[in-house]
Amino acid sequence: MSATVMQRRPAVRALLTDRPADLLVIAGLGTPAYDLFDAGDHDGNFYLWGAMGGAAMVGLGLALARPANPVLVLTGDGEALMGLGALATIGARKPSNLSIAVLDNGHFGETGMQRSHTSLGTDLTAVAAACGFAWTATAATVEEARALAPRLADRSGPALIRLVVGAEPLPKTLPPRDGAYLKTRFRAKLGLSPA
Amino acid sequence: MSDATAPADTSTAAWKDAVFAALKGTGVTQVNYVPDAGHARLISLAEADPEITTVVLTTEEEGVAASAGAWLGGARAVLLMQSSGVGNCINMLSLVEACRFPMLMLVTMRGEWAEFNPWQVPMSRATETVLAAMGVRVVRVERAEEAAEVVSAAADLAYGSEQAVAVLFAQRLIGRKVWK
Repeated sequence: MSATVMQRRPAVRALLTDRPADLLVIAGLGTPAYDLFDAGDHDGNFYLWGAMGGAAMVGLGLALARPANPVLVLTGDGEALMGLGALATIGARKPSNLSIAVLDNGHFGETGMQRSHTSLGTDLTAVAAACGFAWTATAATVEEARALAPRLADRSGPALIRLVVGAEPLPKTLPPRDGAYLKTRFRAKLGLSPA
Repeated sequence: MSDATAPADTSTAAWKDAVFAALKGTGVTQVNYVPDAGHARLISLAEADPEITTVVLTTEEEGVAASAGAWLGGARAVLLMQSSGVGNCINMLSLVEACRFPMLMLVTMRGEWAEFNPWQVPMSRATETVLAAMGVRVVRVERAEEAAEVVSAAADLAYGSEQAVAVLFAQRLIGRKVWK
């Protein structure tokens, strides 16, 4: 076991090492969105500011629409728990180009650091495996997270990656919150015109 | 009218095939659904069509998010549910308004006509109110002959103007649920 607990932002940067140009990333509300933005804004990033529980399903709809693009959903344990049924839905559909990375600090970080179910017994990798995900992995160090980066684009999914991170508060780095702008920017990257 | 002469809610009917053809005609390629007997024909047609990807959901709100993701990737989706599922979608519809995502929902009504199960009634009564409160335009289909045209127009409104539109199929149109 590592002596120091991995921090969220180095974990996200490690997972995005040598980010493939065609990788599309959906970030769930709260710290996953801040951490993705902190790792570097990108037209292929779509940040949610609400719709808790929905990030994985936005990723599924996108992955099915864009089978040639690898899709990463970056979410937290709180949102993954709220949308637990989405893991069953993804497991039923089995898109090989979809990965779900869960920043698991075992707490609801935005709301006062209450303990979440992953601190109280739920193992999200076991849930995903039981739902039929092709593979799951747990990374507790930056090196382990970096080692998983090439797998985001290898079409071996659906995958669930649990990033075990600390619960220390970090300064917020806020992405744009105009959803229509983010949607139009994202679609333009894919060559899709506005309505 | 006796139950013996009423259409069963799982029946095949020409208007259901016409609704599927209308969806195909507007370019829908993803069908996200929580099953309802009134949608059974549509679901089986979609699952048999190689140009369409179907996603069976554990709860209706998943389909709101999946339909948004489809549009991010340039695909048109439709979300199928019964009226009880509309309540499950409420907060997820924030995504639609905040990002001005197109959203096309086809909702089969329960609890409004010859309903046997009182547990269907509260959400039935609230369906239109809830959708309107979350910014979704509601159109009802009462007659079989108008179904395909209404669905086609709703899809064009949703995807042409990035609007959220729900088409409610009246329980009278779908037929009585057979309880024996």
